[in-house]
Amino acid sequence: MSHSRTTFVLLACLLALALLPLFAEKYYIQLFTKMMIMAIFAMSLDLLVGFTGLVSLGHAAFFGLAGYVLAYAAPQYQAADLWLSLPLAMACSGLLALVIGVFVLRTSGIYFIMVTLAFAQMLFFLFHDTKIAGGADGIYVYAKPVAAIAGWEPFTLENHVHFYFVVLALLALVYAGLRMLLASPFGRVIVGIRVNEQRMRTLGYRTYRYKLVCFVLAGALAGMAGYFAAAQFGFVSPETLSWHQSGGVLMMVILGGMGTLSGAVLGAFGMILLELGFQGLPVVGGMDIGKHWQLLMGGFIVCAVLLLPHGLLSLGRFAPRWRRKPVEAAE
Amino acid sequence: MTEAVLRTERLCKHFGGLAAVNEVSLEFFSDQVHAVIGPNGAGKTTLTSLLSGDLRCSSGCIYLDGKDIAGLSADRISQRGVGRSYQKTNIFLPFTVFENCRIAAQSRLPSSMRFIRPALAYREVMREAERALEQVGLAGRGQEPAATLSHGEQRQLEIAMTLATRPRVLLLDEPLAGMGSEDSARMVELLQQLKPSHAMLLVEHDMDAVFALADRLTVMVDGRVLESGTPEAIRASAAVQEAYLGVEEPQ
Repeated sequence: MSHSRTTFVLLACLLALALLPLFAEKYYIQLFTKMMIMAIFAMSLDLLVGFTGLVSLGHAAFFGLAGYVLAYAAPQYQAADLWLSLPLAMACSGLLALVIGVFVLRTSGIYFIMVTLAFAQMLFFLFHDTKIAGGADGIYVYAKPVAAIAGWEPFTLENHVHFYFVVLALLALVYAGLRMLLASPFGRVIVGIRVNEQRMRTLGYRTYRYKLVCFVLAGALAGMAGYFAAAQFGFVSPETLSWHQSGGVLMMVILGGMGTLSGAVLGAFGMILLELGFQGLPVVGGMDIGKHWQLLMGGFIVCAVLLLPHGLLSLGRFAPRWRRKPVEAAE
Repeated sequence: MTEAVLRTERLCKHFGGLAAVNEVSLEFFSDQVHAVIGPNGAGKTTLTSLLSGDLRCSSGCIYLDGKDIAGLSADRISQRGVGRSYQKTNIFLPFTVFENCRIAAQSRLPSSMRFIRPALAYREVMREAERALEQVGLAGRGQEPAATLSHGEQRQLEIAMTLATRPRVLLLDEPLAGMGSEDSARMVELLQQLKPSHAMLLVEHDMDAVFALADRLTVMVDGRVLESGTPEAIRASAAVQEAYLGVEEPQ
């Protein structure tokens, strides 16, 4: 796809998302808010998996922790201050990523997958088995964070349309920020590390440092997603830290197309829509197909990975070919 | 006599019970090519890897400008001015030819922890990458994916990447391997040009190139230095004749 075409498609998508609240019902606005939050989460993981070549199976640790930070930052039954609690949540997730990263980045390949999983599970059981934050029952976020600047509120997250636009703005911001990052010297280094880390070292790069910074950045962004997920859902449970969550977001990245930001976004949207689509299937001949949606989902993912090795994004390559045909015929 | 830029002292590398490099003491001077020859399995590549930091030595010392660098990581050794090329082409295949060189040149920025300005806006780095491509004769091929280059061209790119890091010491592991005669001749000419400003280790099987370039010659067999001296002395050495030069290398 040419550069200008990509930009055009992206702007069209952004416009469509911006217009959605005009005609969509509350349910769909909230659904799309959730999808955009997961898209931020998926992009943060794609930075590790698709660009740096670090397959993490513990990314939910940073997502879930930020939700708990929000729950803790709010005084009981009251709202937290957005301008304080969001940076705090992202900083905590980033700090956790730093601590975990210092250890896990000494490994690679299958061992990296295992130790990221192990660290995330440790955190899961910390929240699950102790009473520090409601244990297995989880903890409520009673009110959405308040975005007051000296008494003036530019928007209120209690309003689902406002919430939607805040998340949309963050999605666009994170996307643009990561695009900038990937074009920078730092971005070129992390891609070099994915392609040939050993050669990067002999070229003089201390690859460990770059991977660590990348890991912290991805953790903090996952924290941003986790914060808004908790705010939207109004509830945080250890499940948000679980390996199901880590696996789910990894699936989104793979389904959409690793190594491209738009692939990660597409994967997040696609996965959630498919899930809903399969769940909504009717009862046929006494068998409730919708109830067994996970079976269909699994089948779909197998097919997608086999037929579209570069993810859903590679479907886009068919579009120009169809359109070009008549032109070729005319020549 | 000036002091050696790079010097090894009783350098050893053991893999289990095998001594791949055994008590090797060599010196590398600026403006000189020090060629290391020997049959396959003699420990030439292992020696190169020890010097570049890709492998850690089991014992012995490596002095760069008089300072012991044995045990330093590959990136630190590279930053101190030691550049290495690989026998098995070791480039970034999915990148363009230019990006291969650009990422190499970028390593000489004080830090690549730069997140905002586009990498392509660093003019100095871009110039350096262009220069390296020109040196090896790949100018104009920059926008092609490295994977589509012929084997010989990939070898040239390999050298260009090493040069883009502006090393003082060049460790070249069989730079001519798999190159056609025309490319070989060009590479020998390039190495001749590089000689005045570099200390060079040249591991090579092509004897014509070795004798054309080398100021000093070391013959390794089974991890040990069999003979070391001027090319003329080596050519005359009976031991070398017997162990290496007399027998045609089966390739």
